[in-house]
Amino acid sequence: MSAPARLAVLGLAAALILFPFVFMLSASLKPQAEVFSAGLSLWPAHWAAVENYTKALTRIPMGRILLNGVIVCGSILVFQIVFALPAAYALAKLRFRGREALFALVLLGLLVPIHAISIPLYAAARWAGLLNTLAVLVIPFTLSVFAIFLFRQFIRAIPDDLILAARSDGLSEAAIVWRIVLPNAWPAASAFAIFSVVAHWNDLYWPLIAISRTQLATPPLGLLFFRAAEVGDDYGALMAATVVITAPLILFFLFAQRLFIEGMTMTGLK
Amino acid sequence: MPGEEGAAWRLCAPTALLMLALLVIPTLAVFALSLTDAELGASEVRFLGLDSYRDLLTDRAFLGAFRNTALYVAMVAPASVLLGLLLAMLIEAGAAGRAFFRSVFFLPVVSLIVAMASVWQYLMHPQFGPINLLLRLLGLGAVNWLGSSDNVLAALAVIGVWQALGFNMVLFLAGLAGIDRTLYAAAEMDGVRSAWERFRLVTWPMLGPTTLFVVTISMINAVKVFETVATLTQGGPARASDTLLWMIYQEGFVYLHIGAASAMAVVFIAVLLVLLLVQTRVLDKRVHYT
Repeated sequence: MSAPARLAVLGLAAALILFPFVFMLSASLKPQAEVFSAGLSLWPAHWAAVENYTKALTRIPMGRILLNGVIVCGSILVFQIVFALPAAYALAKLRFRGREALFALVLLGLLVPIHAISIPLYAAARWAGLLNTLAVLVIPFTLSVFAIFLFRQFIRAIPDDLILAARSDGLSEAAIVWRIVLPNAWPAASAFAIFSVVAHWNDLYWPLIAISRTQLATPPLGLLFFRAAEVGDDYGALMAATVVITAPLILFFLFAQRLFIEGMTMTGLK
Repeated sequence: MPGEEGAAWRLCAPTALLMLALLVIPTLAVFALSLTDAELGASEVRFLGLDSYRDLLTDRAFLGAFRNTALYVAMVAPASVLLGLLLAMLIEAGAAGRAFFRSVFFLPVVSLIVAMASVWQYLMHPQFGPINLLLRLLGLGAVNWLGSSDNVLAALAVIGVWQALGFNMVLFLAGLAGIDRTLYAAAEMDGVRSAWERFRLVTWPMLGPTTLFVVTISMINAVKVFETVATLTQGGPARASDTLLWMIYQEGFVYLHIGAASAMAVVFIAVLLVLLLVQTRVLDKRVHYT
């Protein structure tokens, strides 16, 4: 294929992919009446950016909702790595009774998503009085069997000599995990971090079940609350809210594109 | 190493306990609940055995949700895989704009799906949605995308493909990068001239394991469709976009029939198990390939 033809096809595909983003931005600047009537013109004839974005920021506690998302995703990630890395190291490098059984459970976990076990988890959370707390958004995800699986693969490739040397220097096994294994497994950890944040930032299922208060909503749930609070087809305000709520992760991606794409490729292919 | 056993268990114990609490017990509980008529808040629970499962086989709503999910997967998986492959090959075929196009196609993957579903709702609005305005401009008829039971699954599939193809593209890019360049030189020496022949004889077979893997992971992700349904259609109109997860959510958390919802969850696990078994076999193949 010739170079101009290649660029033409890719350019057309890019235009189709970007189409929703362009109209999202455009509509977020227009008054409601113009969204209904303006046809395909992208540039607003009358500006309503201030009204739309004010609605987006005030109809729901937008700052609080974004902060909830950051707190929840950050906590999930920290717990996942704190729990998964030592276990992955033991599974990869140590011999002990029950290792096969533990690994079998890891594989079982890869099969069973949160959706399938949400009913008992909900019942337990209700019994423990944890519904409508940020904690309930974190706890079910503190265990990531996928992290264990991924880290185990990666740690197996770390040379045994490195670990033996650390041991003969008198390091405890826990110290080996955090001072030798973690730096060496850093590519896997950062790839997993991207995967985990993208997955949990997007997740609607569990927050929808466990949270009913707007103050505790994560971004996807917050947007549902916004949609419920907004009467009629006020697409200008709705698009402003979607811009605000989509922007953080997209900006993060634009600043760290390599990290994102390599991270998602690595976690995707494992 | 002396004390290896103890050290290993000290490292694994927290995770093992979490597994018990967050995975093993809940999974067993789902199976147990699926054999009962449990309802949230009700004090009495009757043992039904496999009755719930037998009911599912004749429950038109559940069969409809199963069928809709299968149709959705049948639309999203092939389209997102083929388009992902096509875009990856186009990007790989030249030097100009590589990083730019890769990032553009990946953008939907990192965009909040609930938010982008709202954008698609606006794009697909029957009267003033830009898609129908464009169709009218081209002299084609307007389509009632999300509001008609004939089109709603296809409309959701368009959103699903748009969201997934960038992810498939980067997986294919990794696969393409792994193909030994000398194979192309060898094919050329053997008289392979056309781009199509090069694709048929070298790229496609070498990419086989990646392709099969991308297909299964696309299917697994498509089976879990929930966010767009919850945001845009809530299973409607007339249950035409009822999917497995949406129905489990409704039964379990809206109607509080946790016995019936658990039986559906078990069926859901069984579907994933089948897909995962296919994937494992694919992975085995991949090991033999390389």
